[in-house]
Amino acid sequence: MSNKYIGKAVKRVEDKRFITGKGKYTDDMILPRQTYAYIIRSPYAHAQVKSIDISQALATEGVVAVFTGDDIAQSGINGVPAGWQVNFKNGDIMKEPPHPLLVGTGSTVKHVGDAVAVVIAESKEIAADAAELVEIDYEVFDAVVNPVEAVKEGAPLVHESAPNNIAFDWEIGNPKAEVDEAIANSHHVTSLEFVNQRMVPNPIEPRSAIGHYESSSDRYTLYTSTQNPHLIRLLMCAFVLGIPEHKVRVVGPDVGGGFGSKIFHYTEEALVTWCSKQIERPVKWTSERSEAFITDAHGRDHVTHAEMGFDKDGNVTALRIKTFANLGAYLSTFAPAVPTYLHGTLLQGLYTTPKIHLDMTCAFTHTNAVDAYRGAGRPEATYLLERLMDLAAHEMGVDPVELRLKNFIPPFDGVNQPGYQTQVALQYDSGNYHEVLRRGVAMLGYEEFRKAQAEAAQSNKLLGVGFSTYIEACGIAPSAVVGALGARAGLYEVGQVRVQPTGKVSVYTGAHSHGQGHETTFAQVVADKLGIPLEDVEIHHGDTETVAFGMGTYGSRSLAVGGSAIVKSLEKIIEKGAKIAAHKLEANEEDLTFADGKYTVNGTDKSVAFGDIALTAYVPHNYPAGLEPGLDFSSFYDPANFTYPYGCHIAVVEVDKETGKVSLKRFIAVDDVGNVINPMIVDGQIHGGLAQGIGQALLEGAIFDENGQLINGSYMDYCMPRADDLPMFELDRTETPCPHNPLGVKGAGEAGCIGSTPAVVNAVLDALWSGGFGHVKDILMPTTPERVWRAMNS
Amino acid sequence: MEIKISVNVNGKNYVREVEPRTLLVHFLRDTLRLTGTHIGCDTSSCGACTIHVDGVAVKSCTMLAVQADGSSITTIEGLAQGAELHPLQEGFKECHGLQCGFCTPGMIMTAADLLAKNPNPSEAEIRHGLEGNFCRCTGYHNIVKAVQYAAEKMGTEISA
Repeated sequence: MSNKYIGKAVKRVEDKRFITGKGKYTDDMILPRQTYAYIIRSPYAHAQVKSIDISQALATEGVVAVFTGDDIAQSGINGVPAGWQVNFKNGDIMKEPPHPLLVGTGSTVKHVGDAVAVVIAESKEIAADAAELVEIDYEVFDAVVNPVEAVKEGAPLVHESAPNNIAFDWEIGNPKAEVDEAIANSHHVTSLEFVNQRMVPNPIEPRSAIGHYESSSDRYTLYTSTQNPHLIRLLMCAFVLGIPEHKVRVVGPDVGGGFGSKIFHYTEEALVTWCSKQIERPVKWTSERSEAFITDAHGRDHVTHAEMGFDKDGNVTALRIKTFANLGAYLSTFAPAVPTYLHGTLLQGLYTTPKIHLDMTCAFTHTNAVDAYRGAGRPEATYLLERLMDLAAHEMGVDPVELRLKNFIPPFDGVNQPGYQTQVALQYDSGNYHEVLRRGVAMLGYEEFRKAQAEAAQSNKLLGVGFSTYIEACGIAPSAVVGALGARAGLYEVGQVRVQPTGKVSVYTGAHSHGQGHETTFAQVVADKLGIPLEDVEIHHGDTETVAFGMGTYGSRSLAVGGSAIVKSLEKIIEKGAKIAAHKLEANEEDLTFADGKYTVNGTDKSVAFGDIALTAYVPHNYPAGLEPGLDFSSFYDPANFTYPYGCHIAVVEVDKETGKVSLKRFIAVDDVGNVINPMIVDGQIHGGLAQGIGQALLEGAIFDENGQLINGSYMDYCMPRADDLPMFELDRTETPCPHNPLGVKGAGEAGCIGSTPAVVNAVLDALWSGGFGHVKDILMPTTPERVWRAMNS
Repeated sequence: MEIKISVNVNGKNYVREVEPRTLLVHFLRDTLRLTGTHIGCDTSSCGACTIHVDGVAVKSCTMLAVQADGSSITTIEGLAQGAELHPLQEGFKECHGLQCGFCTPGMIMTAADLLAKNPNPSEAEIRHGLEGNFCRCTGYHNIVKAVQYAAEKMGTEISA
């Protein structure tokens, strides 16, 4: 292997099409004879559909068809399923009420935006106009939007089949009684009630889907803005429409960001596919932004009471948590896993906490579904731990950095020292947590900062610093482990390497790139492993017809799992190539070394180039006896463990004492994502994650009123970070290789979003504490000027 | 009722009949099939549809196609000079100023307008100039660098 590309900031090969306006997103496509779907959605959060009159719409010129839930029900179609099953504490299976494609007459809509009918027309304008003519009668009922309110006796019921709106309850950790005892015996207990507010992922490309049924071959094609085409195909064919999987092609072309929200199988995908069969024409649906706000899955939405106990020396003795998680009206694909296995298992954090218990109640409400959003459960765990850490330091009068250093798990590499077994099921792979914090603190200039803060405390502009040290479990995931935890799929990945006769290489990966730069990073790995130019490698993804199988991109898994599958195939290529080379060089296979793109007989200058081997494999005239022609291998890689990136994030804020306005002055991030293939791309992933995590702390949050209306459901009203809300980020990294995958990589997609949020909120509180407002324990996110001002003036 | 309009887009003249309610962005995407101009919202908040109309950056969802009658339009597809990328396009690639690429055309067109008005902007001026455009991927860090890269290159080219 050469190292011409790995570790280098290679410029992205995919950029050319995007900077010249030649990207191909789903909505950019117009198929011959294409029609346009407009979906009529409930304006109420909880109502019974009494009647639907489609006659006027059907009579409109240019309208091709109108379908209601009754049509769907008559064709025997099931609802969209969850992809993960979690059981109640008592062992009962979670409540999984059906999620219909369209809600039929006599049934109840369960959130604003629930789909009731679809109008299909020759143009989107005609479809939208005709939708106005569909008359729907609703009987409106009371709604519930908050997970704590939802599980109280007498709350409006979302599903008859789920008493008290409880989807399931769940626990993890040490026996509750042991944790209770440890808390009771603690010298100091820091206690905090807080909300991790609901977030809207908001990729800038709205979701879009085109269903295309062709009667000539009885085949379906679905183009959709998805993060995992194969899983969509599997779920849609086997669980929703009941159509044969081999008759369906799903394509996820260029996708304009996902952040989790495009992992899931949405009802619209099945709907346009089904509609296309009915009218034998392609059917396109593209979400409007206001529609996206009420139909895309949201993230977070926890209400938590957490307590952390300490002994007299400041060592953590126990952690006890009660959380209510909002799952929305229906169980989305990954929803059951997010507040449980992706959250509870991270409550060890970076600390040696000996006793941990989480009691989780997951509730249905009359809101759209909540599922994985960048970080998915792990940001909620980090927020909880890191808020407690800074608050505990404040309460005990100790330094927050010292308190962390005292409680960190000691360094271990996972090779000479074993992995670290947590109290909450996971075994961490490798880490040196002290080092990232020390580096971050050095970048901050901690002593100088505290001096400047003391001076600022006399002025109207308070300064604050907030720390956050996090760990995440990603590179998801070992199939047997997640299967035992309720996953209804394996989480391996597939990588096929096809060497063409001329030595050029086509790679097919089940991972899906929607901004992550796989076309570059994966090509760097392949080019170096084979010792060929980067230009000779092309990465293909996102099409079930060309890629054998795949589980898609989420959970920071693409390189750790998908990259490893490609490496497995490369190893097979090199091994087979050695047999051909040995034959050509009249040498023993064992005497050959493959490096810099050629096989060389050890100790000689006799060699044969990789390109010659490729040609020989496809023109096998003079060829090893018994060896198959061709040079093309596919591999499935199932990881041995999760990977565990970690890091230290530090925020510096200025708080205007008179207005409560928070300005983010500095943001420092020292992350360890294992080995790095492309530092430019990794930094970019960190930047983006930071912006979203900072957005949660300072600006963002979905707000539902008591009737279930999302009152900030537009880009005008939902406040996302803009360019002038953020500073330049200050990054550094350490590289602790993952010991269990061939590239030693851990994953970088979610890290920025997992660590950053509590750092910012801690900084706001630190500023207030420095200004004489030491009694303030919490400010709800987002920390708007009003909330900060009220905290100072209450 | 359809109305005849005549526009020059990226140096080519087009005469087309459009509905009075057709937005300029839909005309570009659906009629002329220039799909590099994107639609990210329905409130003129995201800037993904930004183009130049008579040399000025405009969110093409805020304009009707009929209002563009007689004007000269540049979209992302018309920014490069043949095979030679515009310095901003080059800057976005060199500085990793894009990830998913969806906001990128609008971001580049806005930045081009910014640099036309202020060839040597400070970081704060760049951030202020781009605040009408959402990017959800990059955290803007590398977009700012890309604009600085282009400003430097364009300045160098002018003085050379």
